[in-house]
Amino acid sequence: MSEMQDYGSRLSDPNSRKMGTFSYLPQLSPDELRKQVEYIVKMGWNPAIEHTEPENTRSNFWYMWKLPMFGETDVDAIFAEIDMCRKANPKNHVRLVGYDNFKQTQGTSMVVHRAEMTA
Amino acid sequence: MNTQASSGKYSAGVKEYRETYWEPNYTPKDSDVLACFKITPQAGVPREEAAAAVAAESSTGTWTTVWTDLLTDLEYYKGRAYAIEDVPGDDESYYAFIAYPMGLFEEGSVVNVFTSLVGNVFGFKAVRALRLEDVRFPLWFVTTCDGPPHGIQVERDKLDKYGRPFLGCTIKPKLGLSAKNYGRAVYEALRGGLDFTKDDENVNSQPFMRWRDRFEFCQEAIEKAELETGERKGHYLNVTAPNIEEMYKRAEFAKEIGSPIIMSDYLTMGWAAQASLSRWCRDNGMLLHVHRAMHGVIDRHPKHGINFRVLAKMLRLLGGDHLHSGTVVGKLEGDRAATLGWIDLMREKYVKEDRSRGIFFDQDWGQMPGVLPVASGGIHVWHMPALVNIFGDDSCLQFGGGTLGHPWGNAAGAAANRVAVEACVKARNEGRDLEKESKDIMTEAGKHSPELKIAMETWKEIKFEFDTVDKLDVAHR
Repeated sequence: MSEMQDYGSRLSDPNSRKMGTFSYLPQLSPDELRKQVEYIVKMGWNPAIEHTEPENTRSNFWYMWKLPMFGETDVDAIFAEIDMCRKANPKNHVRLVGYDNFKQTQGTSMVVHRAEMTA
Repeated sequence: MNTQASSGKYSAGVKEYRETYWEPNYTPKDSDVLACFKITPQAGVPREEAAAAVAAESSTGTWTTVWTDLLTDLEYYKGRAYAIEDVPGDDESYYAFIAYPMGLFEEGSVVNVFTSLVGNVFGFKAVRALRLEDVRFPLWFVTTCDGPPHGIQVERDKLDKYGRPFLGCTIKPKLGLSAKNYGRAVYEALRGGLDFTKDDENVNSQPFMRWRDRFEFCQEAIEKAELETGERKGHYLNVTAPNIEEMYKRAEFAKEIGSPIIMSDYLTMGWAAQASLSRWCRDNGMLLHVHRAMHGVIDRHPKHGINFRVLAKMLRLLGGDHLHSGTVVGKLEGDRAATLGWIDLMREKYVKEDRSRGIFFDQDWGQMPGVLPVASGGIHVWHMPALVNIFGDDSCLQFGGGTLGHPWGNAAGAAANRVAVEACVKARNEGRDLEKESKDIMTEAGKHSPELKIAMETWKEIKFEFDTVDKLDVAHR
């Protein structure tokens, strides 16, 4: 047994804030992210990109980047949009959503870029 | 054929049931309620007679002919046994299929349907044992019931959680903690990464912890964990109470302090109370978690009682957003194929007959929302790959001992479970086989999480390998 460790989450530490699915794993590498995007495509979900200032993450409504990419199955095209959104909003978190129009909800949602947090 | 009705004359006496209630040529109507019973008759009672007796006793019949039979159209109102089938692997019992006309039942009343179907007939002398295996609820009946207050999609939207199972934890010890110490356990589990914590089924308002104190401390725990993690959290505040007035009082207070979810024990609290609470939850934007305490009394014996798939369908009709469904892999009873069958009945819009999963009828749920299955009881991180595989994203996986028993405490235990579930979802999405590759997937995840690594070391030897008592009926000879 290894030595007992403290759980270091703090109100005062902005890096304690989590952001949904995959936020307890190490940052996904580009290859790993590609596989998740492929999964969204394989499930027939519509990819969409959203972003927000780090202080406004708790809102249900982040800013929509353009419109959801209805019917888009080209993983490179989805990556290119994520990049464009990041470049245009360098201080914001960016998340990727897969809309499931049959279940009428999001099939998945993951933060793909985490901006610097100060509060 | 009802000879009495056709002759038009009243003659007192006792008739064989099969004269009236056995109709092998009957084609069930879309509007009929259909039931499949497993009958174990008394020695010497013919199959058709016992099946007809069950149809009679669960619908219009009584033991003797009465003159008032002639004042109504018994031909319409009677239940009909229309088919009999062997039970695979069982020479003693058989399945009887019975159709009930829609006019027998009050619209929207699950209580009324079951008072007929599992009423006096279960004490009937001509059968030694009787089990209700499945019920087909016609669409007209489904649409007259309220159903879940919100359903799975709305819950995801309210809580902003997508693409993975929800995670929960029942606070232990079940009984005896003070409200503040209990709130501490809740806070630690939520800050570590769980979505929910839960009152145990028998936590109500005992002297060691009155409900109001528990509600307040738990709400503070939720609010601090939300600020700390930036994620939405909840604690199932059990509003099960000695009477309905008290139940509503507790529910109202939970709403007043901002709790997103409450819970009930639907079998011990009563079905009418459950239907009322569910309706209150829809009216008040409150999610409703439902525990099934007492189900083992009703559903475990393979020859007598009510199969859990029927209790699960009943709860979907009565209303609830979550329902405990068994884990398949943990400490509690649960056959895998049968569990897969009833979690489909809880979640899907249309479920086809599938005897390999114990489903005897097609079931159309129309547009009624689904209930989130909850896997809870004796599960820990090593079960995670199988659980994600069996239950999929639309489920709530609850680790009680598997969170609180972590050697570094609840927050670390919660983090271990959260890392494990995310690693399993990631691997599944990548196309990996969760059950075959479970060891590799978990070991890789443990490299980045000391909390998970130590949890895996703690529980690596714990298995629960007892044979299931209530198995699906399959030929085994």
